[in-house]
Amino acid sequence: MRDRDWAGGVYMAEFGSAAELGRAARAFQEKGYRMIETYSPIPVEGVVYRRSRLPKFVFAIGALGGLASYLIQWYANAYSYPLNIGGRPSHATTAFLIPTFEGTVLSAALAAFFGVFWILRLPQPWHPVFEIPDFDRASVDRYWLAIDARDPRGSRELTVNELREFSPLRVVALDPEPAA
Amino acid sequence: MSATVEPDTGVSAGAGWPLLTGQHDDASLTDHLLSPIWQTRPGWWWLFGLSCAGTLLFIGTITYTIARGIGVWGNNIPVAWAYAIVNFVWWVGIGHAGTFISAFLLLLNQRWRGSVNRIAEAMTIFALVNASLFPLLHLGRAWFFYWLIPYPATMGVWPNFKSSLPWDVAAVSTYFTVSLLFWYLGLVPDLASARDRAATLFRRRVYGLFALGWRGAGYQWARYRAAYTLLAALATPLVISVHSVVSLDFAIAQLPGWHSTIFPPYFVVGAIYSGLAMVIVLLLPMRRVFRLGDVITNAHLDAIAKLMLTMGLMLAYSYVIELFMAWYSGNQFERFTYLVDRPTGPYAVLYWVMTVLNVVTPQLFWVTRFRTSGPILFIASLGILAGMWIERFIIIVTSLNRDFLTSSWHFYAPSWVDWSILAGSVSLFAFLFLLFIRFVPSVAISEVKELSLGLGEGQVDLAPIGSVEAEHA
Repeated sequence: MRDRDWAGGVYMAEFGSAAELGRAARAFQEKGYRMIETYSPIPVEGVVYRRSRLPKFVFAIGALGGLASYLIQWYANAYSYPLNIGGRPSHATTAFLIPTFEGTVLSAALAAFFGVFWILRLPQPWHPVFEIPDFDRASVDRYWLAIDARDPRGSRELTVNELREFSPLRVVALDPEPAA
Repeated sequence: MSATVEPDTGVSAGAGWPLLTGQHDDASLTDHLLSPIWQTRPGWWWLFGLSCAGTLLFIGTITYTIARGIGVWGNNIPVAWAYAIVNFVWWVGIGHAGTFISAFLLLLNQRWRGSVNRIAEAMTIFALVNASLFPLLHLGRAWFFYWLIPYPATMGVWPNFKSSLPWDVAAVSTYFTVSLLFWYLGLVPDLASARDRAATLFRRRVYGLFALGWRGAGYQWARYRAAYTLLAALATPLVISVHSVVSLDFAIAQLPGWHSTIFPPYFVVGAIYSGLAMVIVLLLPMRRVFRLGDVITNAHLDAIAKLMLTMGLMLAYSYVIELFMAWYSGNQFERFTYLVDRPTGPYAVLYWVMTVLNVVTPQLFWVTRFRTSGPILFIASLGILAGMWIERFIIIVTSLNRDFLTSSWHFYAPSWVDWSILAGSVSLFAFLFLLFIRFVPSVAISEVKELSLGLGEGQVDLAPIGSVEAEHA
């Protein structure tokens, strides 16, 4: 699930290996928890996410980019200012296909790059998990499992106890910021 | 089939050499791979000083060229395309191996690319920086380069898209942009590692800025992987298309020696070939200076050398087919260019040097010992790089200097400015690459960690290219 700001609080357990995290994440899903997230230095197979819509977006933008590339060439060379060079056709499909191909790839690549950062809401320099002491090892050699405090399956005591059953290195509870 | 773990030799991958050696856990592997950006080594300073001097030469000679015009080059009529286009084609070609390793091999699930892909991608970007300078300088009035872009100008005219020049602009600018995006996307998790390992607040902030707040959430990884694979799939056709488009600059002309349908595949093969040689030339000193022998092993050198051999054989095949087609066409101009002028004409010495360097050198790589010997690989790769530069010189200069009419024949010789610009561009490449090693995580840390995990748990079968697993469990 998305961990945009853990507005309702979160219970987190720290593990020393990807295998332990994967095992715990799968077990929590089987227990019926739905608001689960992991943090790890490498991708860990644990939580199952729905299929990304990014490929469809990239395809659409790529197709539009290709179309635009062709139209620009047609407008420039066949419509706005036809150039007769050696009697060759002004509307030269074969020649136009090369920049069309490049335009397709360029638009699709830009869509993939900016699309993924848009989906992930990055850049986001600050996030509540960064407040956990030594969380910086999550990009090096520590693997974290996070359960949203609002998950209907758990409660503060139950979730923390269930996390402890997997003998993590430590369990951390991040409480929501009190309303000012 | 299963990978085995041998505690003393690190992680073995079935037959062949291990992809990772040494005793490493996640933390020590991260620190080891980040060490080049925290502390430098004496070898780096020597190379950096040299490359700075060469880059100054580059800036100086470019300034001189722009101030005086391209008459300071050796170009003449009929040889209007000379060093500028030779250098352009050579540098674009070198870039291709980077994309080949990072995108093509990713889609083919060649996991060994993990420790060398970042270096290869950086090589692509810096090669393209150099490549794109040459056509701009060759325009003569470089400050009007934007006339190549279709924008609604008050002049009312547009670029002519039936010409190969706007094709080049489209191909090279797309290639550069996609390579840069792909490279940066791959860097984000490693920049986060650098942020989290930085010793000073300043470094933490700089790497933190570029890491964009990456926190390694499972959702982030899932989407990131999807985007990375998509970009790889988009970059893969560029490996084939960019040099094909460059080759069309020649193939759509009528000139004997250029007007040939074999040019697109022939150029692409030559491009990847020279780029792989450049990867070796960069990897070997880097591995030594920054002690990266644990992640860049004989398995990598062996795989790259085998690819070079393959490309070398395909290139040799192209040479033979060119000669055959010239003879078979029955056209006297084709026959003269390929069968008389190139092997016996004024540039015959270069032609034979090229043939030896490009066709004979890679034959060394049939021998296992040569594929993994640093000095032999390094010298052979320098030879191949020189050979590929000469190949472009032969294609461009011999075809132009003697075409259909003997009355228009004219000899070409480069001027000192041509030589200085070539040396300067190599220096600029080295300069950028040295800065890259020093400030950017140059090995894909998260990929190597994943590889090490997969090997350790026996989930990934990682026999290097071409090795046969004899064991059937």
